[in-house]
Amino acid sequence: MSGELEPICEQVRSAFAERRPLKIRGGGSKDFLVSSAAPNILDMRLFSGIVSYEPSELVVTARAGTPLITLERLLEERGQCLPFEPPHLGLQATVGGMVAAGLSGPRRMTHGSVRDYVLGVRMVDGQGRDLTFGGQVIKNVAGFDVSRLMVGAWGSLGVLAEISLKVMPRMPYQMTLEWVMNEAQALKCMNEWAGQPWPISASSFHQGRLRLRLEGVQSVVDAAVRKLKGKEVVDGKGWWMALREQQIEFFSSSKPIWRVSLRPTAPSLGLSGTTLIEWGGAVRWIASDHGATQIQSVARESGGYAQQFRGGNSASPFPESPRGALQTIHRNIKQLFDPAGILNPGLPGFL
Amino acid sequence: MIPCNFFSLQSLWLTENSYTLHLIMADSSKLTEVQIGQALGQWLPSSSILTTAESKRPYETDGLSAYRQMPYVVVLPATEKEVQAVLRYCYDQKIPVVARGAGTGLSGGALPHACGVLLSLAKLKEILEIDVQGCRVRVQPGVRNLAISQAVDSYGLYYAPDPSSQIACTIGGNVAENSGGVHCLKYGLTLHNIWRVRGFTMAGEAVEFGSEAPDSLGFDLMALITGSEGLLAVITEITVRVIPKPISAKVLLASFETVEQAGNAVARIIAAGIIPAGLEMMDALATRAAEDFVHAGYPVEAAAVLLCESDGIPEAVTEELRQMTQILQECGASEIRQARDEAERLKFWAGRKAAFPAVGRISPDYYCIDGTIPRRHLGQVLQRIHLWSKSYGLEVANVFHAGDGNLHPLILYDASIPGAFERTEELAGKILELCVEVGGTITGEHGVGVEKINQMCVQFGAAELEIFHGIKKAFDPAGLLNPGKAIPSLQRCAEGGRMHVHHNQLPHPELPRF
Repeated sequence: MSGELEPICEQVRSAFAERRPLKIRGGGSKDFLVSSAAPNILDMRLFSGIVSYEPSELVVTARAGTPLITLERLLEERGQCLPFEPPHLGLQATVGGMVAAGLSGPRRMTHGSVRDYVLGVRMVDGQGRDLTFGGQVIKNVAGFDVSRLMVGAWGSLGVLAEISLKVMPRMPYQMTLEWVMNEAQALKCMNEWAGQPWPISASSFHQGRLRLRLEGVQSVVDAAVRKLKGKEVVDGKGWWMALREQQIEFFSSSKPIWRVSLRPTAPSLGLSGTTLIEWGGAVRWIASDHGATQIQSVARESGGYAQQFRGGNSASPFPESPRGALQTIHRNIKQLFDPAGILNPGLPGFL
Repeated sequence: MIPCNFFSLQSLWLTENSYTLHLIMADSSKLTEVQIGQALGQWLPSSSILTTAESKRPYETDGLSAYRQMPYVVVLPATEKEVQAVLRYCYDQKIPVVARGAGTGLSGGALPHACGVLLSLAKLKEILEIDVQGCRVRVQPGVRNLAISQAVDSYGLYYAPDPSSQIACTIGGNVAENSGGVHCLKYGLTLHNIWRVRGFTMAGEAVEFGSEAPDSLGFDLMALITGSEGLLAVITEITVRVIPKPISAKVLLASFETVEQAGNAVARIIAAGIIPAGLEMMDALATRAAEDFVHAGYPVEAAAVLLCESDGIPEAVTEELRQMTQILQECGASEIRQARDEAERLKFWAGRKAAFPAVGRISPDYYCIDGTIPRRHLGQVLQRIHLWSKSYGLEVANVFHAGDGNLHPLILYDASIPGAFERTEELAGKILELCVEVGGTITGEHGVGVEKINQMCVQFGAAELEIFHGIKKAFDPAGLLNPGKAIPSLQRCAEGGRMHVHHNQLPHPELPRF
């Protein structure tokens, strides 16, 4: 465990001076998805440990290299959790990688995403400066929200050093229900239930089965189970964990796997291939041989975008770029945080 | 009409950004209000352009009425096209623009610029689309916060963030300030309840942040836009998230003989794994003022009262109330009352939501502070405020969003006494700096605006402030959008003597010190 940030600042400062690109890396669990080609690795696993944890404040601050599993176990001991269920996608996943990747799990639609729970960061910018944004309190509007800007930026704007997160109590009880139906019916059910006060915390549709996780106080879950009348799934917990960690068979398909993020009420995409629907209809996974252009245009028509998640090019993971004024703003922001372009060059690929 | 020029710039924040000052001297000094009005008349009806003193008067201040500044010209566009035209013109002529919603903000964020166009978005007030199944509503920025909930009420949905001013404040202003309310511990801030924001850059280019999907391509610029206090873009359309209305909501009112007991009860409730829908604390002075005003039935002899709300499915509410009651008893509550019915519940909340105007009735003037602190320091912070209140001879009433640590001390003063406002501001500054000292922030939900600009120097170091200026420049290179607000110049911080030594690095070492 090390708490000294200065050596990391020094590494970045010298890289800045020499214009030497750095590949910032935690556990490498998401290298398959997004990975800079820079040859010099800045290994963040050496910068690890919990800085502070106050369960009654609902806030934890951890160093970026802390294994995600260590953080989750600590929270579990105190009856708390990261409600967004971050996918580890590998045993070595770190807290910094979780924030840099910005991926959320099954509970995202009802309980929010990683960025919703980030309260503050300490980071090193592309000139090696030690910067702090946000804080350790839930309500804070002083200055621009730079800490949340780091979420999903894949380390291209700074080296994340310490991250403060809002945490929540674990929900005491859960139950998973299942119905056999077709895709159109499943989407209709998901959409309808989303607007009603059910204790839903996750949903999925795959191979003709709609599954719903109900979570909360037992009396509430039991009451919902009685009214919704689905078939109880015995190992519900196992299903949602496997889905979160992409360990179900779907993800080992030999075909390219696309993740389409879109308006949850969008109708069936009409693409051939195997599909898996999550997040109340707002994420559609598809294992398909369709070309990138076709999948992207379908995604755009439904108010979203498509990303090749497996079997793609991790050095160039986002095939589309923001256009017009937004493109200029993106470039200005990258230039501001990393003027020499040494932090994870090439990422996130949409600049 | 006197052309706007350097000598009419008396407001101190105008010296914030030297580039802005330079531009104003160079360009808009040539144009009179009438000339600007005539030029804008190409795109807007003349009734939407205000240039006379009497017509502009209502815009000279926002909710922070201690600061006043007449705008040079006021425009009220009614369409996105008109907004764009105004921005393009102002960009070409290098005229500063300040966007304004309902003007209920409490930090002077919508305070006009002496040489600038005040861009009111009040006429853009259409609800454009209600998507019940998608749980989202697409609105124009001038739609009032409460009007969104009213529009979807019949579908069993509502918009969760509820700032106290929700009857009047607009959603555009909410996004600009990242507004909170009394239910944000459970339901989040504005940031957590919007999907997509459309608008224009200062140059008049259309931009869109976020999307209809749960994540979008590119950096999370919506995080930057939310709470950016009108410095980055002008918002013309917002898609908000609406959620199912809880079937049941019940509130408990608990009285305590000491503030410490009440604070302890809050920490115990959270530690027990309960996230109440609302958890509010008021001290004795705030309670008495609210009771005199609203007659909510508050216990006026208590040193502190807590409002604890539970909402959701009836079974869950009953269980949560039982747990909270037990904790409140264990923490020494002298009285615990559950609102008998919906009418009494609303009454309990009405008292809390009217706490500011209630204090306004017992004092000629009051000054509202908006710090956030880690909750465990509440006792210590209130103690220090109490001591300072005595030494300054200024009474302070405390209203506290206890669930999320957002503290609103209200300093009572009389502006007609010479020097009273200055002493009040000094005390307010000390309280904010105390919030930072204990690990909190100078503003939880009201924004920095012009009011807390000096305290920004305490909370952030020079390098962070430089990044903030860089972000402003990334969106608005000419520095024309709401210039001088929210982010202090390094020079100002150095001259103000408010040094923030951050990670033991001395800020702006390049500047001479005295």
